[in-house]
Amino acid sequence: MALLQIDNLIVEFETATGWFRAVDGVSVSVEKGEVLAIVGESGSGKSVAMLAVMGLLPWTAKITADRMLFEGRDIQNISPAERRKLIGKDIAMIFQEPVASLNPCFTVGFQIEEVLRIHLGLDSKARRARAIELFSQVGLPNPEERLNHFPHQMSGGQCQRVMIAIAIACNPKLLIADEPTTALDVTIQKQILDLIMALQAKNGMGLIMITHDMGVVAETADRVIVQYKGRKMEEADVLSLFESPKSNYTKALLAALPENATGDRLTTVSAFFDGNPEPAPEARA
Amino acid sequence: MSNNMTDNTMLEVRDIKRDYELPGGLFKPKKIIHAVKGVSFKLERGNTLAIVGESGCGKSTLARMLTFIDEPTGGDLLIDNKKVDTRPGHLTQEMRQKVQIVFQNPYGSLNPRQKIGDVLGEPLAINTDMSAGERRDRASEMLTKVGLGPEHYNRYPHMFSGGQRQRIAIARALMMNPKLLVLDEPVSALDLSVQAQVLNLLADLQDEFNLTYVFISHDLSVVRYIADEVMVMYFGEAVEYGTREEVFSDPKHDYTRTLFKATPKADIESIRARVAKKKATAAA
Repeated sequence: MALLQIDNLIVEFETATGWFRAVDGVSVSVEKGEVLAIVGESGSGKSVAMLAVMGLLPWTAKITADRMLFEGRDIQNISPAERRKLIGKDIAMIFQEPVASLNPCFTVGFQIEEVLRIHLGLDSKARRARAIELFSQVGLPNPEERLNHFPHQMSGGQCQRVMIAIAIACNPKLLIADEPTTALDVTIQKQILDLIMALQAKNGMGLIMITHDMGVVAETADRVIVQYKGRKMEEADVLSLFESPKSNYTKALLAALPENATGDRLTTVSAFFDGNPEPAPEARA
Repeated sequence: MSNNMTDNTMLEVRDIKRDYELPGGLFKPKKIIHAVKGVSFKLERGNTLAIVGESGCGKSTLARMLTFIDEPTGGDLLIDNKKVDTRPGHLTQEMRQKVQIVFQNPYGSLNPRQKIGDVLGEPLAINTDMSAGERRDRASEMLTKVGLGPEHYNRYPHMFSGGQRQRIAIARALMMNPKLLVLDEPVSALDLSVQAQVLNLLADLQDEFNLTYVFISHDLSVVRYIADEVMVMYFGEAVEYGTREEVFSDPKHDYTRTLFKATPKADIESIRARVAKKKATAAA
């Protein structure tokens, strides 16, 4: 049984000119311990699809799916109370902007202990001990002292480490990382990716890595979904995606990488791809 | 030797420094931050120098000094073999026109209440006595050059995508026919497919106008593609400086090596190695 199974997910938003389809019939499944990367440019609906799973979209969004199962349990029609029990405990998410996603008014210690209090019901001593353990696990120096710091007192990389610590606080079965390193420097990106991958391997979590960076995909994923304008263009394991991409869009993306430049100009996406989001037939299956 | 070197030198920087003073509080002493601690380089006409480094290493401060936005606290800045008097109020209009800048975030660098035509016409209105009609013609011409059309003249920035906005920012920088263009992370806010288009545009424009670029970036794959010379900055110092081949094939400084190691590798060999390694650990 897949850890997360979504069939034919459609997310629509109402706009002045009618309904806009941000995600159009995407199916995703993740096994336990598997790393799935979802790649696409901005506006391809990769984040929206995962926010729909988390139930974090505004009420104006219309979400429909044939099936939306987490560990075989329907998560589409569960009550908000049930969902709150699940989110943050069994399914956790790391967001793109680490500094913006922490609350500036509370210490990071308070914010991580809040999760432990609500989901695990630990008493204050146990919470503090666990928070220190988590902080040292994600490689924050002086974890005890760090608990009393506010987000603005830390760098972007450190804030992202706090976010990861909060996400893994309850040993989630599925971790969704939404562009976890986009706002960070290359050297810090490497550290954070190594950290996420080490935690993933250690805890055997399912991991969904949302990114637009082909380099990050190459370094982390087992399987890859390529998305464009809300549609799935291709799904393949990481090696065959880079070795023999099937859809024209994937070919175009890979050709546009500066390291694959031939001659003195880069290949642009339009050279391969006419902008028609009709997916390759094999991606539909 | 010095003679034929200087002939073609567009930009020369000698031991340039910039300190920022943090004012002290009641109990806090004054603090001086050395953002750029003495950087020197020479750049020839029509070439591209890439400056690489992590956030806070002083690369943007250097860009601000090159474009006279910030005044250096020490060192010399020579453009077209002429020493620039960087004191406020001493800068000639001619010098200002020679150097232009393109900023990182095309969403923040365009005035949302200004039409694109006015964005492009403004430098001409300030610096020249062209008539409104002439300015309009020049702006439309420039829009075509950067891959947009005259029909975009009357639109507002919010009607454009990120890549189009960056084209507009580049067009604005080119309105005064500059010789030196400082590009402060011009593609890091853009998607991969759009990034390729903008990089191609920059290469086309460089060929057409014989422009000299100072290209600031933290993306090594982009730098490897676009640069002739590379400088790596670390805590305000240039720790590595050489031609692209020198730096990429034989990095001297530890930090450069760390940087290369940290860059994700997207070639098939490394993916295969990683997948094999993972299978091996899973089986064990």
